[in-house]
Amino acid sequence: MSDVHSNSKFLVGIYDDDDVVLQAVKDIRKAGVKIHEVYSPFPIHGLDVALGHPRTKLGIAAFLFGLTGTLTAISLTFYTEGYDWPMIVGGKDSYSPIIYIPIFFELTVLFSALGMVATFLLSNGLGPTVKPLMYDLRTTDNKFAMTIDMSKNDIGEGDIESILKRSGAAEVNIKQF
Amino acid sequence: MGLGAGVVLVALGCFLAASGGGHETHEVAHAAGAEHAEGAAHHAYKWTNRLWANVWLNAIYFTGASVIGMFFMSYNYLAQAGWSVAFKRVPEALPAYLPIMGIVVLAVFFLAGHDLFHWTNPALYDTASPEYDPIIAGKRGFLNTPFYVIRVALYFVLWYVLWRMIRSYSLQEDLSAGTDYYYKSLRVGVIFLVVFAVTSSTSAWDFVMSIDTHWFSTMFGWYTLASWHVTGLAIITLTVLALKERGYLQVVTESHLHDLGKFMFAFSIFWTYVWFAQFMLIYYANLPEETIHYREIFSGFGGIYKAPFFINLTLNFVFPFLVLMTTAAKRTGIILKVAAWGIVIGHYFDFYVNIMPGTVGSHGGFGPMEFGMILIFASGFVWSVYSQLEKANLVPKHHPMLEESLHHDIN
Repeated sequence: MSDVHSNSKFLVGIYDDDDVVLQAVKDIRKAGVKIHEVYSPFPIHGLDVALGHPRTKLGIAAFLFGLTGTLTAISLTFYTEGYDWPMIVGGKDSYSPIIYIPIFFELTVLFSALGMVATFLLSNGLGPTVKPLMYDLRTTDNKFAMTIDMSKNDIGEGDIESILKRSGAAEVNIKQF
Repeated sequence: MGLGAGVVLVALGCFLAASGGGHETHEVAHAAGAEHAEGAAHHAYKWTNRLWANVWLNAIYFTGASVIGMFFMSYNYLAQAGWSVAFKRVPEALPAYLPIMGIVVLAVFFLAGHDLFHWTNPALYDTASPEYDPIIAGKRGFLNTPFYVIRVALYFVLWYVLWRMIRSYSLQEDLSAGTDYYYKSLRVGVIFLVVFAVTSSTSAWDFVMSIDTHWFSTMFGWYTLASWHVTGLAIITLTVLALKERGYLQVVTESHLHDLGKFMFAFSIFWTYVWFAQFMLIYYANLPEETIHYREIFSGFGGIYKAPFFINLTLNFVFPFLVLMTTAAKRTGIILKVAAWGIVIGHYFDFYVNIMPGTVGSHGGFGPMEFGMILIFASGFVWSVYSQLEKANLVPKHHPMLEESLHHDIN
């Protein structure tokens, strides 16, 4: 997530198994530790519920991008065909919205698709020149990582480390950005 | 099992149909009076036309609702889908109504084909006759009574026989473990999809499009399939919800309902896409022989079909689109029910605006005859579905995907 500010310190618990990490998320949240995020090479069923993340706002973003597209299409077609250079095509009125519905539709889809790609890159801190935050490279292969933001937890580092170990973490590393 | 609900619904339907029937005679007298007053203005119109058109309309609507059960099962087998297994006995129960519909369709064609289908008039093909119509005569190779009857009979026989096969495999699977019956069903499903790919289009031409014999649309097969499909999905959803509420099918979870909701949402939009594609091409091209179809609905016959035209668009697009938009709506029984009822009623109007203007024209309307006929057909359908559901375990046994379906979980 993009809410990582510089010089923040993370505890990274590395797990070998998706079932273990799912159970660990439940146990650790019950113990009162706030989890920052869990990284997995593949989607784990029920993980987002167990993490208690709030509902995604991506739908609202998609709607706003789409609305921008629709309004662009309406103004574009109206300006060109209805106002600037009215033309009669196929015996219709010079501006007949029905025949422009495919354009409204296409620009809505185009704007929301491109907008969502941009949103994805921004919210994940990705981009051509950006160096991505990587907690552990092995999460792209066969390991699962649970990250804990130390600045958001009052529990001491040693305690959290032992909680992670007890929940089944194979190793616990410290990562600083 | 669902007997209580079925009997109550059938009794209610019969009671209402009987009282609807009472009104019908009233209506009939009224229509006959109007006929007298109008004299010979409409030489071909008899009050029975409206009755037959109603029977035809409902028969086509419920044929679609029935055959979609088989369609749903077939593509779920072909996709090797697991999630739908928990309630697969519901779509499996729908096609049992097909033989009755087949008999009704053929009977109406033999009894009243001349009143409903302009092309059955032999004078149209006689060059010496003043009624000779070169356009319709050009379609004779396809639209002639023997070939028509063979085709219609073939649709119902093929659909029904393939359904009987998949049904019997499904019942035998309950008794024996292993994947034999699963693969057999898959094969039948694939055959059905190939058959249905052709017959869904041709049956749409035969049942609905040939009423306006001059007019044709290359989108019509898809359009009717889309309409039938989303109706069938709404009926499956309603049946699953009805069973779940009465304490059966407890294995169906919010996740299954969510997926059914997505299906209804997506295919309502698909129907709108096809509807609009057909409408816009005709609107844009502006050819008189094509626009006549929409002119008749929109402004013909004193504008009596204008309201159904907008009801059709509202109930089938705007309503499900807005109601089923959010995740929470698709997981809530009552909202799903409202949307599904909207779709079921809306698609009746879809067929209404396609069948009524060409068959009864200015004599159409929406009165007790329409209501009574819907109730007669609908009670028969509900009885047929529930009696099929009673005959087997509501949750199949030994289906290889059953475990997957029981643990179906989407968030």
